[in-house]
Amino acid sequence: MAQGWLQIAVFVAVLVALVKPVGIYMARVFTNQRVFLSPVVGPIERTTYKALRVRPDEGQDWKGYARSLIVFSLLFWIALYLILRTQGIHPFNPEGFHSAPWDLNFNTTSSFITNTNWQYYGGETTLSYFSQMAGLAVQNFVSAAVGIAVVVALIRGIVARSGREIGNFWRDLVRILLYILVPISIVGALFLVSQGVIQNLSHATVIHTLAGGSQVLGQGPVASQEAIKELGTNGGGFFNVNSAFPFENSTGLTNFFELLLILVIPASLTYTYGRMVGSQRQGWAIFAAMSALFIVGVAVVYMAEQHGTPSQHLAGLNTHTFDGSTGGNMEGKEQRFGIADTSLWTAVTTVTSCGAVNGAFESLTGLGQAVPFANLGFSEVIFGGVGAGLYSMLLYVILAVFIGGLMVGRTPEYLGKKIQAREIKLVALGVLVTPLFTLLASGLASATRLGTRSIYAGINPQGFSETLYAYLSQANNNGSALAGYTGFIQPNAPGNVGAFGISFADLLGGAVMIGARFLPILFVLAVAGSLAGKKVSPAGLGTMRTDNPTFVFLLVGVVILVGALTFFPAILLGPIVQSLTTRLF
Amino acid sequence: MRKDLTTSLLAVVVMTIFLGLAYPLAITGISQVLFPGKANGSKVSFDGRVVGSSLIGQPFSHPVLGKNGKAKLEEEEEILVPDKGYFQPRPSATGYSGNITYFGNAGPNSAEAREEVREYMKSYLQLEKPFDKSLTSEDIPVDAVTQSASGVDPHISEANARIQAHRIAAIRGLPLAKVDDLISANTDGRSLGLLGEPGVNVLELNIALDKEAPLK
Repeated sequence: MAQGWLQIAVFVAVLVALVKPVGIYMARVFTNQRVFLSPVVGPIERTTYKALRVRPDEGQDWKGYARSLIVFSLLFWIALYLILRTQGIHPFNPEGFHSAPWDLNFNTTSSFITNTNWQYYGGETTLSYFSQMAGLAVQNFVSAAVGIAVVVALIRGIVARSGREIGNFWRDLVRILLYILVPISIVGALFLVSQGVIQNLSHATVIHTLAGGSQVLGQGPVASQEAIKELGTNGGGFFNVNSAFPFENSTGLTNFFELLLILVIPASLTYTYGRMVGSQRQGWAIFAAMSALFIVGVAVVYMAEQHGTPSQHLAGLNTHTFDGSTGGNMEGKEQRFGIADTSLWTAVTTVTSCGAVNGAFESLTGLGQAVPFANLGFSEVIFGGVGAGLYSMLLYVILAVFIGGLMVGRTPEYLGKKIQAREIKLVALGVLVTPLFTLLASGLASATRLGTRSIYAGINPQGFSETLYAYLSQANNNGSALAGYTGFIQPNAPGNVGAFGISFADLLGGAVMIGARFLPILFVLAVAGSLAGKKVSPAGLGTMRTDNPTFVFLLVGVVILVGALTFFPAILLGPIVQSLTTRLF
Repeated sequence: MRKDLTTSLLAVVVMTIFLGLAYPLAITGISQVLFPGKANGSKVSFDGRVVGSSLIGQPFSHPVLGKNGKAKLEEEEEILVPDKGYFQPRPSATGYSGNITYFGNAGPNSAEAREEVREYMKSYLQLEKPFDKSLTSEDIPVDAVTQSASGVDPHISEANARIQAHRIAAIRGLPLAKVDDLISANTDGRSLGLLGEPGVNVLELNIALDKEAPLK
């Protein structure tokens, strides 16, 4: 296992090294300063404002900011739904795919608008290149930019020296796209192609194999989508098996690179945060809390997967490592990634709201599955989705400050701003709305025949895990799945002939994704507006520090406490049962 | 509100054109010029024809034919037997489909998965044991009897290849050392010597075999 630990250590080291430079760069972008790309991008930026009829210097209060965000997302929802619904008439459709059923399109549209990328469909058998490029990939950019914009607005609210304005949504959106997401995606996509990820518009290729059979190879503009799919923590695969497919993720190097793309923005945002609030220690404190939870998760998955599963042991398989063999649970894993890189990926993609996978989650060991469950149960605050992770974590920070304040009997303050009843109400709502959606929806889906139709593994702990994970993943806008669970029945042939959606799963999931994305955003923006209006009082002797190890400990405790109290009973029934028994179901 | 609507509408159009068409098409154009081989799927040729992609695994097996000359079916699927003259890739849930992909989704505590692994182990021993008498079920590497994630895993573990080498050497009439050399030559190491796991590329290895000692 030493080699595997080394790979994980190298990954963490490279990530930590990137946090400062990327963090500084993003802070300059968010505060409208010049960066090295300005000579090239500046003119494009100004033209965009003109084209969109935006006055970028006009500040918005939180309601104005929220209104722009909601209207923009709503219009894009309609546009994406129409694109998917009329798929048959658009160009770049060499396989001649028609539209999928309406209920599936509802789910897919909601999924991509909310940065979730939950997929009830298989990309290569359902969607044309046009739908993938002009429909889904656009959302990969845009929904990521919306998430980042919200955290920027919240930070502005925290640092504002009284006032009501928290920035201009349109300016934030455009700058995030032009200075951060698009340039990194261009470089990332070309690098991926150079390593074997495909990028073309050809028809699927029929091959006469060496042994004399035939094989059809799916094609498509994959690399351009792959780069932003990871960078924007979206995660929706071009192919059904996502980043396990060699045309999406060809080598150990592309795997490493894609993992960095997933984490670089969420991790670096903590540095950006420290810089914008004027105290780098505040940023590092949050980074430390996130890293601690992340590293524990990676270690648990890796050790669990290296152990193998009860099914394998009872079949008599030797899962020990020996010369030339990785050992461990290789079911649903690729040889080129092995146990270590698949375990690392599993943790990375579930702490962030990415949800891309390079192996089959459904085939993870019981304990290996428990980690994704826990990461999602902590509401994606361990790095989290781009923007969404930090704004959710800041809600927990305020909660921790409040709890700490209660313990020592002082009026809670955060960075000089008093935390009062209104903020705490909003924070509590923001923290609880996602678990509420998860538990209501998975309860409903477990208790009704409409819901249990989607289960693959049968009525047993694994089947319950599938259901719970489906709604946990959709509510947290993650998108990874225990993939047996389904909302779309498609015969074993490409194209949508004879396919139908399971309306219950499609509609409930779609509604959960929308509710659990936009309600917290509204609460966060309301907190931003509320904090913006407060005067800053200087720190005194009685002020609780929020940048030292004690606070990091408190913050981790609050995250675990809220997550465990909410989800422990449910998680007990699925992955924990399976990891405690050698019984087969 | 009206202003938000106008701007949103314009944004939908502008962003769809630039992010949804200009960006991917530009990347496609550049890739086709700079990396045409990789961008089109790293195809490999043998004997003057394309036989596959070096990144995508393919089956080396043939259907069992019935008396009427048609493939025999079991539960509507063709019964396949491995081509003994070729190295065998990992088990696949999709039959090595490159355009309809899905996971096998065998759960960790699934009784079905236990049966599946048992079956794979039995077939593996049946195929290899006649050529490597000392082989026991303890020696079977995990990758040989578990389904890959993609269903088209191009690699097998080195241990798996070394076991199969006995069979290949016997059937192709090659010295075992020669087959072992070919395995080493067709092993993709870790990227940069560090990242991922080493794996033997089955298609490339079998092409090398066909060059070295063609099957009759």
